[in-house]
Amino acid sequence: MTSPIAGGVDCDLHPAVPHLTSLLPYLNDYWRDQVTTRGMTDLVSQSYPANSPIASRPDWRPAKGKPGSRLEDLQAQAVDRFGVRYGICNPLYGVQMVFSEDMADAFCRALNDWLVKEWLDRDVRLRGSIVIPVQSVEKSVAEIERCARDTRFVQVLMLVMGDMPLGKRAYWPIYAAAERLGLPIGIHAGSNYHNPPTSVGWGSYHIEDYVAQAQAFQTQLTSLIVEGVFARHPNLKMVMLESGFTWLPSYLWRLHKFWRGIRMETPWVDRAPLEIVRSNIRFSLQPIDAPPDPATLNRLFEHMQSDELLLFSTDYPHWQFDGDAVLPEGMSADLVRKIMVDNPHATYSRLSQPAETMP
Amino acid sequence: MNVQFRDRAEPASPVAVKTAIADCDIHPARATKTELYPYLAKRWHEHLETYDKHQYQGMMEGPPYPKAQPNASRRDAYPPEGGPQGSSLSFMQAQHLDPNNVRLGVLNPLATGQGIRNHDLSAAICSAINDWQIEKWTSKDRRLKGSVVVGNEDGLTAAREIRKRAGDRNFVQVLLLSRNVEPLGQRRYWPIYEAAEEAGLPIGVHAFGFGGNPITASGWPSFYIEEMVGHSQCQQTALASIVLEGVFERHKKLKMVMIEAGFGWAPSLAWRLDKCWQRLKSEVPHVKRPPSEYIGEHVYWTTQPMEDPERRDHLIDVIEWVGWDKLLFATDYPHWDYDDPSRVLPAGVSDANREAFYLNNALKLYGLA
Repeated sequence: MTSPIAGGVDCDLHPAVPHLTSLLPYLNDYWRDQVTTRGMTDLVSQSYPANSPIASRPDWRPAKGKPGSRLEDLQAQAVDRFGVRYGICNPLYGVQMVFSEDMADAFCRALNDWLVKEWLDRDVRLRGSIVIPVQSVEKSVAEIERCARDTRFVQVLMLVMGDMPLGKRAYWPIYAAAERLGLPIGIHAGSNYHNPPTSVGWGSYHIEDYVAQAQAFQTQLTSLIVEGVFARHPNLKMVMLESGFTWLPSYLWRLHKFWRGIRMETPWVDRAPLEIVRSNIRFSLQPIDAPPDPATLNRLFEHMQSDELLLFSTDYPHWQFDGDAVLPEGMSADLVRKIMVDNPHATYSRLSQPAETMP
Repeated sequence: MNVQFRDRAEPASPVAVKTAIADCDIHPARATKTELYPYLAKRWHEHLETYDKHQYQGMMEGPPYPKAQPNASRRDAYPPEGGPQGSSLSFMQAQHLDPNNVRLGVLNPLATGQGIRNHDLSAAICSAINDWQIEKWTSKDRRLKGSVVVGNEDGLTAAREIRKRAGDRNFVQVLLLSRNVEPLGQRRYWPIYEAAEEAGLPIGVHAFGFGGNPITASGWPSFYIEEMVGHSQCQQTALASIVLEGVFERHKKLKMVMIEAGFGWAPSLAWRLDKCWQRLKSEVPHVKRPPSEYIGEHVYWTTQPMEDPERRDHLIDVIEWVGWDKLLFATDYPHWDYDDPSRVLPAGVSDANREAFYLNNALKLYGLA
């Protein structure tokens, strides 16, 4: 087993909202009334049914309540356990699924405020991602600007499956705001279920939805690259979270080949897709869709042709590895340091800034 | 990949490839719009003149994403006697089959009845295409073998068409497309798999298709390149569906060929499926073994468009992970992203692997060894 080193950054932790009622204190009177009068239910996404084996490692599952809903558990099981200096919280509460942009906006604001109060204020190691109401680009930008004043927010969070491909020009004001404020865009596994969760329609099973996350990341990378997001925003970083990465080399070979063949269609793509990925795109470590033997995985690292692409993550509390085997076997000490320390700091510039809370 | 204006001798030099090859993805076309009419009942002639095809897409003519070249085909592939690329047997022979020493050419007709919303019309056109393949192609050149095309959204009618063609040596496989109304493992398609297994025909799953679903899980993208790259993701998902619905568990002799969507993704998909299955197998008790085992025993890949890494040894790694015995060479003639058989494999491959890749795997799979 490769041992983690102290002082790393865990780039994908999932603190859970215990219930929609937990957000009531962070909603205004109107929305508090809407939630109670209309009998709104908890916003749990199909992507992570609470009792599904992947939603929580068996030994991380609490006696009651949702996995990841208690700070003490997250500290003991992840942050303390792996000795990290920073842990980035990516709440996956199902606020993106609602169709009303007003409601989504209210819930996102409440969720971000809840994260500050219940998590960031209670452990100095924790950092947060700004969840945005993607239904409205205008409201998303406003929420990014509101939250960015608190420098403990280190990125903007979006889901990999949404209403439109993420490269679409309509989203670009979000990317402009993120670039301006030094925030990477984190794109996390999951769907708002406004479209079928695969490109060939609705499958029958939860496992199909989860397997399909990897394909969704592939199509989003294509969209982001060929629409020209990184030609317009060369300093914008994007982080693929819980994406897997063993698909990356062969995916890029295909994209690169077609780009060479039909680049006349997207002439604004001024660099090869491979170069764009190396400079602008990062991937969280877990889950590792690993081959059975470490030698093959090491060949794959060579196929990636860069040791700067991966960022350490536990994906806590999701069940991606057992015991302390968060790092794959046979990884060099140098690569461990890059993945755990250097790469996250190079990606999240706000980690090096003093923590300033919201006025 | 074929470059449109590359300075090259035409037709390709006969010395480019010395050994015989199997080309497992050739696209025959109709020379005229009415070329199928002799194989279609009169009522469908009138129907087509009045309503045309009524597909799961908006455009009456042409694809929603305009191709990079007319008919997505090589500009040097127009037959001298007129008609679109791929519509003349004699020119296909002169430009491709003879100079490249093609010993087996598998025909995959694309503009068929698949993806038509009227299921009766869909079945009629597919059956007509099958008759047309025999009449125009396979009976005229014994190197060519056809694919049984079927009205994909109506499994029972499709199964009847397969049984009708069973035992006819003009055909070596059943052809489906990867994009359908539902993922390919769904029950509406099960009669197709049952009939194909019974007939001893592999199922070819070619990239493309019309099922009405956006080609990403986030809606419709903007560009043709997104569709082209996206075929690979569609095939990954279709294959995951087939495995996770237990198709291979039920049909132990069924073989499947993933056509024109790459193969480099196969190892990573299998690892991901295995990892998820370890955690979630209680949801799919009908999937009794690790998904990678089903894939290893049942699935083949055609090679075009070849993955093209900067370092050629990376390509060899991936081929070894997939298996030298699982790849079937294909050119995609006459399409623009044609792979030239003299160029796709790097030097240093053993003769046995080279022969398996170019010819023997295909002969064995299609029962022609």
